[in-house]
Amino acid sequence: MATAALDPAARQAALLEFLLRVGDNTLILGHRVSEWCGHSPALEEDIALANTALDLIGQTQLWLGLAGEVEGKGRSADDLAYLRDGYEFRNILLVERPNGDFGKTLMRQFLFDAWHYLLLKALKGSSDTRIAEIAEKAFKEVSYHLDRSRDLVIRLGDGTAESHRRMQEALGELWPFTGEMFMSDALDAELVEAGIVPAPESLKAGWDEIVAETLAEGTLKKPADGYMHKGGRRGVHTEHLGFILSEMQFLQRAYPGATW
Amino acid sequence: MDPALRPSVDEVWHWLSEVPDPEIPVISLTDLGIIRDVEWRDDTLVVTVTPTYSGCPATTVINLDIEAALAGKGLDKVKLECRLSPAWTTDWISAEGREKLRDYGIAPPIDGTAADGVLMKRIDRLSGRSNLTIACPRCGSANTEKISQFGSTPCKASYRCTDCLEPFDYFKCI
Repeated sequence: MATAALDPAARQAALLEFLLRVGDNTLILGHRVSEWCGHSPALEEDIALANTALDLIGQTQLWLGLAGEVEGKGRSADDLAYLRDGYEFRNILLVERPNGDFGKTLMRQFLFDAWHYLLLKALKGSSDTRIAEIAEKAFKEVSYHLDRSRDLVIRLGDGTAESHRRMQEALGELWPFTGEMFMSDALDAELVEAGIVPAPESLKAGWDEIVAETLAEGTLKKPADGYMHKGGRRGVHTEHLGFILSEMQFLQRAYPGATW
Repeated sequence: MDPALRPSVDEVWHWLSEVPDPEIPVISLTDLGIIRDVEWRDDTLVVTVTPTYSGCPATTVINLDIEAALAGKGLDKVKLECRLSPAWTTDWISAEGREKLRDYGIAPPIDGTAADGVLMKRIDRLSGRSNLTIACPRCGSANTEKISQFGSTPCKASYRCTDCLEPFDYFKCI
């Protein structure tokens, strides 16, 4: 394959966009999961969810920190997290879904973790060493997340009649939001060509395998693929993102530059 | 600093071996394996640190502790650098550090059991269907069970001994 000589400005813009996509996923999901702090059904699960959120926020600092560096306008990870408006966020719609009950939160986590795990695994081999290094670090944490969310999806799916019903319902509700993980656009194509990121669709087979195996073990029925929602990756979000941002960004909006 | 008065890199390593981890003060930063390099660059001492977990709140405190400890030894030009790769692994916790953890009531990590995505095999390894056991740090019994995959800090999981009934932390592997 001929190596396309990419326009450096176009390459930089695509790279920034990718970093926002990956960093906004961890930021918004981390924030969502942290909403459980103090509200989980058991103390151990409360701690587990808070720790998962902490890992995701830590990864956000690395991704958005690099995004600010690539952008070159002096914006820090904090600036990007707290001072952008909804249409500038690039996370997939799945991560802004409301938590619902504990089972739904875990189902969302599992569907995301299985994909996140495969994405990071591929990014460890990125031709951009800064991306490969962050992926190497995050991959370890996310492998652990996947262990846990997968285990709980199986236990709740193959649990009581009530937990099974709730998990099946959660799966049905979240399923139409999974397709966006594997959609690609021109920006992806540019970075795929340069060996910086994997093609989104290339992660689908591995994800299908993890999901099918887990759902079967949890006696859950995989929904049929139908219409898939999309838009988050280009800044078109559901109404839920605005509520997350109003809570997350309140302090920096009301008291610009506040530190403590 | 007058080059003649500069402490050797070995001496600095020794000082760092006396700086406790802020969350688990029984082990030092060098026991934990997070100090990756110490070197002089002209008149500046550069200490390279790797984070344990990317979101670990102790990371900031650790950096402050290193600076304070070295300032206490008269080093005023210290630079801390963060190194992500190779990513920290619990395999780097020193043998001495592992004993200190056990004495403190935290079961040390079992090398080679970090989550790697090979799910079923790992679950088998840790579920008693193998000869790897997480022994109770109090009574030494191998009859223990997992309470939660996470514990009081990001680096630990919660376990319980089914013989002496004591709950304890297990330093989980990454």
